[in-house]
Amino acid sequence: MPALLRRAGWRLFGSLPALFGVVVFTFLLMRVLPGDPAIFFASGPNAGEAEIQAIREQMGLDRPIPEQLVRYLGDIGRGRLGRSMGTGQPVVTDLVNRLPASLELTLTALLLALSCALPLGIVAALAPNSAVDHGVRLLCTLGVCVPTFVSGLLLIYAFYYLLGLAPDPTGRIDIFASQPPRVTGFLLIDSALAGDWEAWRAAATQLVLPATTMALFVLAPLARMTRAAMLAVLTSDFIRTGDALGLSRRRVVLVYALRNALLPVITIMGIVFSTMLGANVLVEKVFSWPGVASYALDALLASDYAPVQGFVLLMAAIFVLVNLVVDLLYGLADPRVSME
Amino acid sequence: MNATLRHAAWVLRGNPVTLLAGLGTFVLLLLALIGPALLAYDPVASNVPMALQPPSAAHWFGTDQLGRDVFSRVIAATRLDLAIAASAVALSFAFGAMIGAFCGYIGGRLDRWVGRFVDVLMAFPLFVLAMALVAALGNRVENIIYATAIINLPFYIRFARAEVNVRRNLGWVEAARCSGHGPVGVVMRFLLPNILPAMAVQVSLNLGWAILNAAGLSFLGLGVRPPTPEWGIMVAEGARFITSGKWWLVVCPGAALMFAVLCFNLLGDGLRDILDPRLRT
Repeated sequence: MPALLRRAGWRLFGSLPALFGVVVFTFLLMRVLPGDPAIFFASGPNAGEAEIQAIREQMGLDRPIPEQLVRYLGDIGRGRLGRSMGTGQPVVTDLVNRLPASLELTLTALLLALSCALPLGIVAALAPNSAVDHGVRLLCTLGVCVPTFVSGLLLIYAFYYLLGLAPDPTGRIDIFASQPPRVTGFLLIDSALAGDWEAWRAAATQLVLPATTMALFVLAPLARMTRAAMLAVLTSDFIRTGDALGLSRRRVVLVYALRNALLPVITIMGIVFSTMLGANVLVEKVFSWPGVASYALDALLASDYAPVQGFVLLMAAIFVLVNLVVDLLYGLADPRVSME
Repeated sequence: MNATLRHAAWVLRGNPVTLLAGLGTFVLLLLALIGPALLAYDPVASNVPMALQPPSAAHWFGTDQLGRDVFSRVIAATRLDLAIAASAVALSFAFGAMIGAFCGYIGGRLDRWVGRFVDVLMAFPLFVLAMALVAALGNRVENIIYATAIINLPFYIRFARAEVNVRRNLGWVEAARCSGHGPVGVVMRFLLPNILPAMAVQVSLNLGWAILNAAGLSFLGLGVRPPTPEWGIMVAEGARFITSGKWWLVVCPGAALMFAVLCFNLLGDGLRDILDPRLRT
């Protein structure tokens, strides 16, 4: 365990330059953005010229760029990302309020995708060039071609309009259902904690379609990678040895082969997660999901740049963290990696 | 060369899917070039009494909320969508291959700085970065192209760098150096042409992704403005009517989008099989 912790610390340290680069990048982005940053921090859209000028001086926008960068770093350190003109709240407050909605959606989708992709990949690899294998390949080929916003709308058409199975595809929970008291912000967890299974059901049914949409999009790379890795592992000597020793097929495949095949799958999880954070924007728009992405998008279209900047920074930070977790998982799945 | 052609013919014979993808790509290019001239309806002319008609003999893909013919709009959009994706990929290919090749050949400080820059770009979820770039550069079509080009850049830089790196000390590069070519000459006249076939596969695989990206951005309302026919924005306009069952507004432009991406992806896979049969999965 200490080795794991040391590794985590080391990796976190190693990701600092990239994180610093991200902050500098968003800083530059904000400086070239059309519009005056002073206006973000003003009391409202109707602030007078004198007030804006005062804020400009107070913010140091008349200072040289390197000094501004240092101030910006200080602001981020104290969690000051400006104020949204749309909601009138500090951007940090809005992001904290809305982040659980996005995470609940993304994580559910990831779980869904993994629980479909792993069995599909394994089944395809066990019988290469069979009908099942071709079916999985077709699914993967089509899966990467369907844009998330189209598949989401098609699911709405099929399950809401035609079949009437899904609830009205807007938001996280039916407006008539009672909202559980906020503990974690994850509706499924909060309603379970409150013992309110009515609300849990309402939240879960709202979550199914958007999560499926997102899962469909990342199913293909995960299943493909699982299949390729399993194919490579299944031909190796230790699998033949396992078979020769008379171990059950299930044990050989699910314990010995899968554990080794998981490494490449874990490696692409980082890329998959990056795709999902992007797809999140489209899915939140399609399903009017009140997450951070739709918040940033509304702000972007209203030329309200402080929330956009905060959002980009948040996404990059999450992505750095995810890469760290992926790396640690890699070490857990393959102890040889952590020995180095 | 003859052997390559024979190999290509052999691969295509055993792989009709690539042939079909090639045909599909050809049809798309044809539609982009002459499609607008063939249309029976003006793709932007509204005809309100005929609004929201389902597909019929007169309107193959139905009509939208302003009575515009969806089929004409889908065909007319081909040119813009392909142009956005192709220019974005061409830009990132040109700059990425050049930067990557010089990094791989020269190495040293240049390589380290470019490597850092690429790391920073890759630290963002790429679609989110594209959104932010469009916001920063201004909400216009050409900025969708630049944003898509920038988020593709890391892949080309890394690819070209790796390809050049394994070749830089080979005999023929050595020979080029000895016959008096400077670094620029060696990279531009010998190394870049040599890695070009491998990069072509990347380009084809990348085109589909670029189309999805650009359409995603315009679906969000970035870049392309409403009356312009474009697949992403057509889906966005049709999205409002999906809960009242007007499926053709989403399905038709969505299917066009899927068709284009499918063709480019399959073509890319086919090209890779022709160039490097070992990578086949």
